Amino acid sequence: MQRGTTTARSVNRVMRVILIGLSVAFLSLILVVPVASVLGYAFSRGLDVYLATLRAEDTLAAIRLTLVTAAIVVPLNTIFGVAAAWAIAKFDFRGKQALITLIDLPFSVSPVIAGLMFVLLFGSQGWFGPALRDNGVQIVFALPGIVLGTLFVTFPYVARELIPIMQLQGREAEEAAVGLGAGGWTVFFRVTLPSIRWGLLYGVILCNARAMGEFGAVAVLSGHIRGLTTTMPLQAQVLYDEYDLVGAFAVASLLMLLALFTLLLKSVVEAFGARRRRT
Amino acid sequence: MAAAAKGWVGPSVLPGFGMTLGLAGIFLTAIVLIPMAALVMHGASLPPSEFVRIATEPRALASYRLTFGASLLAALINAVFGFIVAWCLVRYEFPGKRLVDAIIDLPFALPTAVSGIALATVFAPQGWIGRWLAPLGIEVAYTWVGVVVALTLIGLPFVVRSVQPALEEVDVTFEEAAESLGASRLYVFRRVILPTVMPSLATGFTLALARAVGEYGSVIFIAGNLPLRTEITPLLIVIKLEQFDYVGAAVLGLVMLFTSFVMLLTINAINGWRIRRVAGRR
Repeated sequence: MQRGTTTARSVNRVMRVILIGLSVAFLSLILVVPVASVLGYAFSRGLDVYLATLRAEDTLAAIRLTLVTAAIVVPLNTIFGVAAAWAIAKFDFRGKQALITLIDLPFSVSPVIAGLMFVLLFGSQGWFGPALRDNGVQIVFALPGIVLGTLFVTFPYVARELIPIMQLQGREAEEAAVGLGAGGWTVFFRVTLPSIRWGLLYGVILCNARAMGEFGAVAVLSGHIRGLTTTMPLQAQVLYDEYDLVGAFAVASLLMLLALFTLLLKSVVEAFGARRRRT
Repeated sequence: MAAAAKGWVGPSVLPGFGMTLGLAGIFLTAIVLIPMAALVMHGASLPPSEFVRIATEPRALASYRLTFGASLLAALINAVFGFIVAWCLVRYEFPGKRLVDAIIDLPFALPTAVSGIALATVFAPQGWIGRWLAPLGIEVAYTWVGVVVALTLIGLPFVVRSVQPALEEVDVTFEEAAESLGASRLYVFRRVILPTVMPSLATGFTLALARAVGEYGSVIFIAGNLPLRTEITPLLIVIKLEQFDYVGAAVLGLVMLFTSFVMLLTINAINGWRIRRVAGRR
């Protein structure tokens, strides 16, 4: 009996080493080495070349376009997310489940198809294409198209984060505030917002990361006009296709920084949220 | 109040129902419903025979084969290795565990173009990993293997994050009881652990699969993009759009959209099954 458990324990120890080894090898091959290579290639010809590439006019224009797009998309989807979550969590109405399903829909649609839909609406042969051309309005291959595609792709993020939190909270606090005579906005800003702010922040962070990094939908809608309609991910593609590896990876390194920053903020928000729940 | 009178909304003292639901409805219609209608109508305007002809031309069929085949393979790889990773994170203590746990989410946050050019460069014959594989005769970049690698990367967090909480719920006392009754480790795994985790594993697998099928950015750099050989369906849609073949693009888009819905329904069915199982046990 004594010997039996000892063998079992050593078998477990061997299993443990094998499984951890397999995990580390798998993650290195598929994730760690490729991610590390972004920095490796970006700095392969020194810091000066790296900085010079980022200061190129096209790249600066791409950074600006990405920031502008996110500055339009993130507030709009935040307003939508808060409104949808309020209606869904604080009221009972028929068709609620259908509404939740529709909000989730963009998650399961390929970004390329998201772009395709807006081309079918606003492209030169799309539904509104001729009318737009006659009035000199350009949507596809211009900023409005990029914004629309990004709006679609990042549509569910804030709502998805808020709905479960607000449902969990129930309605008693808000109902009490209304009973004491508080108006709608006061209830929202003084009662609801303080208790959802970490979830809201997390949703906004995710929405922003996805908006800045979106590729498929924007690739279809942008037309790749250098210095005009290339966002940062598209600029990385343009440079890569021109065999400017340092340039492509320099832009990619900025986007990677954004991803790491997002993950860091996420863990901070989760830690704060957990502490709040405990106290 | 007016809505309450119509009887489709429950009574409530809270304000703002009309405004918030109206706002959500307007956004949803403008950003999601009208664009979707445009896609469906473009497909529906075709005679059925023409639709089928475009949807089943050889180049399209080859692209479905690659897209769904590679996505399935990548989701399977993730089901196996994602399970092992989740197991290590839940059951073992080891240095750097928190770091490993944190980087699992990286594919969620990393823009797909970044993972795309990184994988293509690393797995190219002169790249950091490719140069070790090339002497062995293994070609990854610009082949279907590269597509599988890219799709494995983006699907990984779905499986790990689905399985992790389920593994945490597995009651270790059941395992100890089974082992003290003489059950082998493998038997315990097969009869105690796997049944508990299976629905979550299935959910993670389907989520990874659904994500992989629509993926574009991380694949096109490493795929090689040869028609009939290494061309995924989303890329074929982009090519058709560049040639102003809106109808062809819409047909392929609808085929993909339909498949996504089937997968979404599968996920919901799995979730229903899981809830029933949990409820049944109590």
